[in-house]
Amino acid sequence: MNLSSPHPVNVAWGIALFLVAIAALSPFLRLRRRVLLRALMPAGALAALALAGAGFAGLTGETSALALPLGLPDLPFRLRLDALSGFFLVLLGGAAFGVGVFANGYMRNLDDTTLALYCLWYHLFLAGMALVLLANDAYAFMVAWEMMALSSYFLVTTNHVIPGVRRAGFLYLLIAHVGAVALLLCFGVLQGGHGAYTFDYMRGAELTPFWASVAFLLALFGFGAKAGLVPLHVWLPEAHPAAPSPVSAVMSGIMLKTAIYGLLRVSFDLLNMQLAWWGVLALGLGLVTALYGVVFAAVQSDMKRLLAWSSIENIGILVAGFGLTLIFHADGKGALAAIALTATLYHAINHAFFKGLLFVGTGAVLHATGQRNLGRLGGVMRSMPWVAWLTLVGVLAIAGLPPLNGFVSEWLLLQAFLMTPALSQSFVNMLIPVAAGTIALAGALAAYVMVKFYGVIFLGQHRDPKLAQAHDASGAERLGMLWLAAGCVALGLMPVQVIELLAPVTELLIGQSLPNAGSWLYLAPVNADRASYSPLVFLLVVTAVTLLAFVLVRRLYHGRVRHADPWDCGFPEQTPRMQDTAEGFGQPIRQIFVSFMRVERDTPDPFDRHPHYSGASLDKLWFGIYEPIARLAGWLSDQAGRLQHGRIHWYLIYSFVTLIFLLAFAR
Amino acid sequence: MTIGILIQIAQTLLAVLLAPLLMGWVNQCRAWLQGRSAPPILQPYRTLIKLFHKDAIVAHGATPLLRFAPYVFFGCMALAAGIVPMVANDLPFSPAADVIALVGVFALARVFMALAAMDIGTSFGTLGARREMLVAFLAEPALLMVVFTASFVANSTQLTTIVEALAHRAFAIYPSLAFAGVAFWMVAMAENARIPVDNPTTHLELTMIHEAMILEYSGRHLALIEWAVALKLFTYSALGLALFMPWGIAETGNFAAMPLAVLALLVKLAAGGFALATIETFLAKWRLFRVPEFLGTAFLLGVLAMLVHLLLEV
Repeated sequence: MNLSSPHPVNVAWGIALFLVAIAALSPFLRLRRRVLLRALMPAGALAALALAGAGFAGLTGETSALALPLGLPDLPFRLRLDALSGFFLVLLGGAAFGVGVFANGYMRNLDDTTLALYCLWYHLFLAGMALVLLANDAYAFMVAWEMMALSSYFLVTTNHVIPGVRRAGFLYLLIAHVGAVALLLCFGVLQGGHGAYTFDYMRGAELTPFWASVAFLLALFGFGAKAGLVPLHVWLPEAHPAAPSPVSAVMSGIMLKTAIYGLLRVSFDLLNMQLAWWGVLALGLGLVTALYGVVFAAVQSDMKRLLAWSSIENIGILVAGFGLTLIFHADGKGALAAIALTATLYHAINHAFFKGLLFVGTGAVLHATGQRNLGRLGGVMRSMPWVAWLTLVGVLAIAGLPPLNGFVSEWLLLQAFLMTPALSQSFVNMLIPVAAGTIALAGALAAYVMVKFYGVIFLGQHRDPKLAQAHDASGAERLGMLWLAAGCVALGLMPVQVIELLAPVTELLIGQSLPNAGSWLYLAPVNADRASYSPLVFLLVVTAVTLLAFVLVRRLYHGRVRHADPWDCGFPEQTPRMQDTAEGFGQPIRQIFVSFMRVERDTPDPFDRHPHYSGASLDKLWFGIYEPIARLAGWLSDQAGRLQHGRIHWYLIYSFVTLIFLLAFAR
Repeated sequence: MTIGILIQIAQTLLAVLLAPLLMGWVNQCRAWLQGRSAPPILQPYRTLIKLFHKDAIVAHGATPLLRFAPYVFFGCMALAAGIVPMVANDLPFSPAADVIALVGVFALARVFMALAAMDIGTSFGTLGARREMLVAFLAEPALLMVVFTASFVANSTQLTTIVEALAHRAFAIYPSLAFAGVAFWMVAMAENARIPVDNPTTHLELTMIHEAMILEYSGRHLALIEWAVALKLFTYSALGLALFMPWGIAETGNFAAMPLAVLALLVKLAAGGFALATIETFLAKWRLFRVPEFLGTAFLLGVLAMLVHLLLEV
């Protein structure tokens, strides 16, 4: 190893070790809060940023690999940092830095033990995710994957005294492991019967189309379980709200992306062929997930659950982009595959930033008000202007509005859809209008959801008088949010530069990158005549026109303002209860998409003096798929229980029968 | 380039200044068709001037968002008017935002208005915001389907290129554009808060959509909103003309054709305004939960248009 200019992979490995060291130290510093808060947690945040730096070096530089003197005899851990890993490390480090800085302020109110445990699991979680991205053999990958799953399980169950949190954690653990089993099988197929589990070997393995398809389907199942692809999404709206907000931010913004990383790694790097029907399958599942997620996000009343459903929507968009890339790639349309893949990667990093921002924003609100229920919030903008304005950036970004980052990836994805008449299979061509329509519908619904989210929490009157005393975010919290919001703005305003950075990744995966036909200012994926977009010019013009209107109106007329009570059509009495509740705002969506959900309502008697209303829109898939499975498992264990009587002679008979059986058949 | 910038500014100014006139014309046509005596065609300008002179009344407890939103709304609509080719086709600003970005501009303006409507927390404000977003989430995908069809036909999402392709190439009949045209009309009615989705002249609070959102506005803020609404109608009309009847828009570099182009625009807009008034006279406002059917039909027509294009025209 050359110490004067170490390889990025060595640096990344060193940082992962450093994170593990922080985690290992924290239980011993349980009683020294100041050290935890002032030294270890900032060090963890900086380590995340350094990880992004190492990832950046790997993204722009040479691929570097490393075999560690760790692991089983003859089976060392192998690490490798190429452009794909580098990109996802940048995503991980960039978002985790902001969340880490925020958490430094947010976690101050925890008691000693919880804080130390949080510090332990959080840093192990980060290290686990980094190692997932770096792993270069199936063994290291699965170990890192489990490290990530288990540490995040303990983070989800931070508030384990609440029974619902324990239940959510268990569900999460269960589905994570069902997925992990599928991944294990997937790697088993990928090694092609030769027993070599390094990725380098898998890259060279020649699989038949049948076994390649089996491997792909197993990967789609395994990574889909981690990403929350419908119908494997049920853990997500339970686990994300249960976790503390910075953890939700990391899980939603970053951990879900490791599944996207895995899908890309297996499908484009490890498998030696790509079939078009895989793409159609992934596209279909992605679209269903996107629509399903956003519809359920619209009917939620818990702000973190709403964001969790919105993450499902975004995962759906990512998987749809992935499927479109596969379709184009299998059809030999490299340039178009490059657009779709660039859009997917772009959306992945965008989602890390805006979803991280929104989750920590809800964390700040939760911290200040103790409320997660939208029905008890309202008007928070007046008492928490910093959180409100910074969250507004995230809201506009996730709603896909120009000139912020959500729009760029949506624009690129729609451009990719518009290229489909070039495809050779006409049946796929016919599917594409429907697919583009679904993406457009999901995007428009996302705006609805975000207006509901922001309007009900931050705008309007306080639904609870205590909200007027809510304190704004602390310095560290503001700094963390500011970093994430700045990321949203920068990713939105500089698409050309971002796409140049993505070029090595697309080059690695599909052998082609997206050329920009425009200048540094104008993004033009194919040629300038076909389509172009310049957020910077866009922003300048909107700002200029808005300011011009402002100055002209003030100059030509006047700036007089009088303050008065709200007009509201002359209705004299205004109470906060007259505003739309979360349920009220979601009611049109519930009415239109009622066939997706099971609505349970408890309406009070009209003469009830103290009415209590409760309503819930529940996921039909839970009742349709998971409950039967749970019943089946219960039935099977009941049957197995019949074997047990607690009488010793029966057990002796079982042993005797087994012995006879073995003697007869296992000679 | 400098000439291009001049044309750009001139066209945007033209739209901004003429927008209330179109509103006045539609109101006048509607009054004629309904057998009422019509207000003067310049009435919208008088209303704007009156509103600008009045004090702005802001409710207690409003955040800066409320006062900020009308300017953003107006700015977005002026930007949209700058992107759509109305008179000339060489717009230097056009590469900054294609037709998908145009849909994004409308969405940006709408989200700001909806948030501002929820700012004070009155019952009608939130009701309006919710309904506006309901109409929007149904209309936006339909509008995207329409512009996708046009961009399939022209092989571009750049509005100037689409117009160039449709207006100045050899004449061809595109059945897909017929479907898309009907879908666009339906979307435009919904997005501009016209009958049968919304009634711009309603005074019954419970049926309001757009008006309910802006109930708390007064003075210069209301004037800006009214102006921006007129500009939105103007821009939508111009977009429809650019996509489906682009004949007359001057080619790149052809300055001599511009006076004729202005005339063609005025004639087309006058005819379109009359048609709008006719439709509004013969229809009644539908109840809110029939709006999804209406816009769902528009969406299906848009998808059909794309399929027709892929089946018949590729």
